[in-house]
Amino acid sequence: MIVTEREPTMALDPSPAAATAVRFRGVSRAFGAVKAVDGVDLDVAAGEFFAMLGPSGSGKTTCLRLIAGFDQPTAGHIEIFGETVEGAPAYRRPVNTVFQDYALFPHMTVLDNVCYGLMIRGMGKAERRKLGLDALALVKLVGMEGRRPGELSGGQRQRVALARALVMRPKVLLLDEPLGALDLKLREAMQGELKSLQHALGVTFVFVTHDQGEALSMADRIAVFNHGRIEQVGAPKEIYERPRTRFVADFVGGSNVVEPLLVRRWTGLEGAASLRPEKIFVLADGAKAPDGALVIEGRVEEVLFHGAVYRVEVAAGDAGRLVLSVPAVGAESPAVGAPIRAAFARDSLHLMEAE
Amino acid sequence: MTVVVTPPQDGALRRVSDVLIARPGLLLMLLLTPPLLWLGVVYLGALFALLAQSFFSIDEFSGTIVYQPTLATYAELLAPANLDIIVRTLVVAAVVTVLAALVAFPIAYYAARYARGKVKALFYLAVMMPLWSSYLVKVYAWKLLLAKEGAVTWLVQAAGLTKILDLWLAAPLVGGPSLSVSYTGMVLTFLYLWTPFMILPLQASLERVPATLIEASDDLGAAPRQTFRHVILPLAAPGLIAGAIFTFSLTLGDYIVPQIVGPSSLILGQAVYAEQGNAGNVPLAAAFCVAPIAIMFVFLALARRTGALDAL
Repeated sequence: MIVTEREPTMALDPSPAAATAVRFRGVSRAFGAVKAVDGVDLDVAAGEFFAMLGPSGSGKTTCLRLIAGFDQPTAGHIEIFGETVEGAPAYRRPVNTVFQDYALFPHMTVLDNVCYGLMIRGMGKAERRKLGLDALALVKLVGMEGRRPGELSGGQRQRVALARALVMRPKVLLLDEPLGALDLKLREAMQGELKSLQHALGVTFVFVTHDQGEALSMADRIAVFNHGRIEQVGAPKEIYERPRTRFVADFVGGSNVVEPLLVRRWTGLEGAASLRPEKIFVLADGAKAPDGALVIEGRVEEVLFHGAVYRVEVAAGDAGRLVLSVPAVGAESPAVGAPIRAAFARDSLHLMEAE
Repeated sequence: MTVVVTPPQDGALRRVSDVLIARPGLLLMLLLTPPLLWLGVVYLGALFALLAQSFFSIDEFSGTIVYQPTLATYAELLAPANLDIIVRTLVVAAVVTVLAALVAFPIAYYAARYARGKVKALFYLAVMMPLWSSYLVKVYAWKLLLAKEGAVTWLVQAAGLTKILDLWLAAPLVGGPSLSVSYTGMVLTFLYLWTPFMILPLQASLERVPATLIEASDDLGAAPRQTFRHVILPLAAPGLIAGAIFTFSLTLGDYIVPQIVGPSSLILGQAVYAEQGNAGNVPLAAAFCVAPIAIMFVFLALARRTGALDAL
């Protein structure tokens, strides 16, 4: 029988303020010659909703697996709440994971799935049943405890996976693209629920996603991954408005990148700059641009209707191709091939770091 | 360019195909009838015809079959000498099955989880190759290997373990004058012959256990042995049972291995062979055939009770 020091209840973990939940120092994970994670430094604060955002193959999932213990770093140092964990197997780490494919045990009922970790800890049947039912209530699955995972919908399985991890009262909850397999409406509902759940429980969430919208709307802070490295860490607004690199500018929100030559001509500053599509506004025929605004002229190349906005691609002479986000309400769709004049404020240009 | 649309031609075949497409049930029935006839009439029918024989008896005096329904043959089956044969066979089959599972599991697990590409192809080759050579040759080879002057004795001598082998041979039941005439030898030969039949279904069932389930168990605090007990074993159970059905029933039915390797006491397959062939006692042979079928049903019922079939 396993004796545990922590009494698993759903109450708040009284963690010291501003403690570091997860710390990476120079962490690398190489698979042969390929470095999936390449010298990553990372600090996730306790109680934070932290998103790891990046395209597939950027190293974000490997980082999650390094925290969980499914994988060990080839170099560097990992701490979870001050405890060194590299070399420790997953089953001895105070973290739990919600898997992308949910990984529910098909031969067990929903309740047995949720209580699995408690059963392994050696908790008595009556007690773990109570905690399991509480966890199921938390994720709004009352009355489903007797079903098999195969009889549930994708959204319900997702909730079981969440309950199974939360019932363990992890110090850090790891979520590996948990919403990826859900349809849009369910995904949006779950985003809100996850956020409020995290708020209510105060558990540190580390969330892996390739969906920038998801990261922006849910996370307290985001780390943007590319080629095994972190390009930028910051609050969603900061990442969105002040991308540090060309990659971040493009990956988060599909920003325009203005080449250094033009930046120098327009502002006198050195370096490439990002320019958000929604910061550029179309000028009506003959309209005068506001004072201080920079005007571009070009030809409409492509128009995509996105509901609230048109996404308009403009060939703007030596400014290259620019993407504009034009409000669709009450506006005519810009015609492909038509000339277009647009303007943006000088301070909409955000200077990025040289690469 | 002009496109010519040919009007549908109302050929007989086309009409048949139209009818079949509109009625998938009819199509299914047409496709399934021949194989079902084979299974139902030829296969099961022949089996039941054989089993029906067990309810007849043989006339002691003339040696001819009396076509009168009777349970006399079953009474004879349960006579101590025959019951002995059944129990002996049952024990041998059970031991072979357990040993085969123990040998097969690590191999199947490795093949399902870790082997990739060329290594996996080699694994299949290694498991299947013994099945391609003659069964008789293999059994005789084992007789030679296990003989007093055989390779096994020689290896044991070279390893300086002769004492242990002698002690083993001196033990009751498992021992004997030499390995080739002991139950140990018989079990080893069966084990060699039937292990592939355990490995393949086991490997197939392990292959279907997603790696993330093992990670999930790990993640929830289960040490490897707990993961094995609570996740891997239950999910591999269908393969284990399928493999056990093979090894168990193949041992129950075999009559050649016990003739060549092992002690002189009869095993079920030999008894059937003897009754049917030399003694001409078809009813008793048929009754002997009922024994393994009944045993398999009991085995499956037990497997079902333990919940081993839940993951099917």
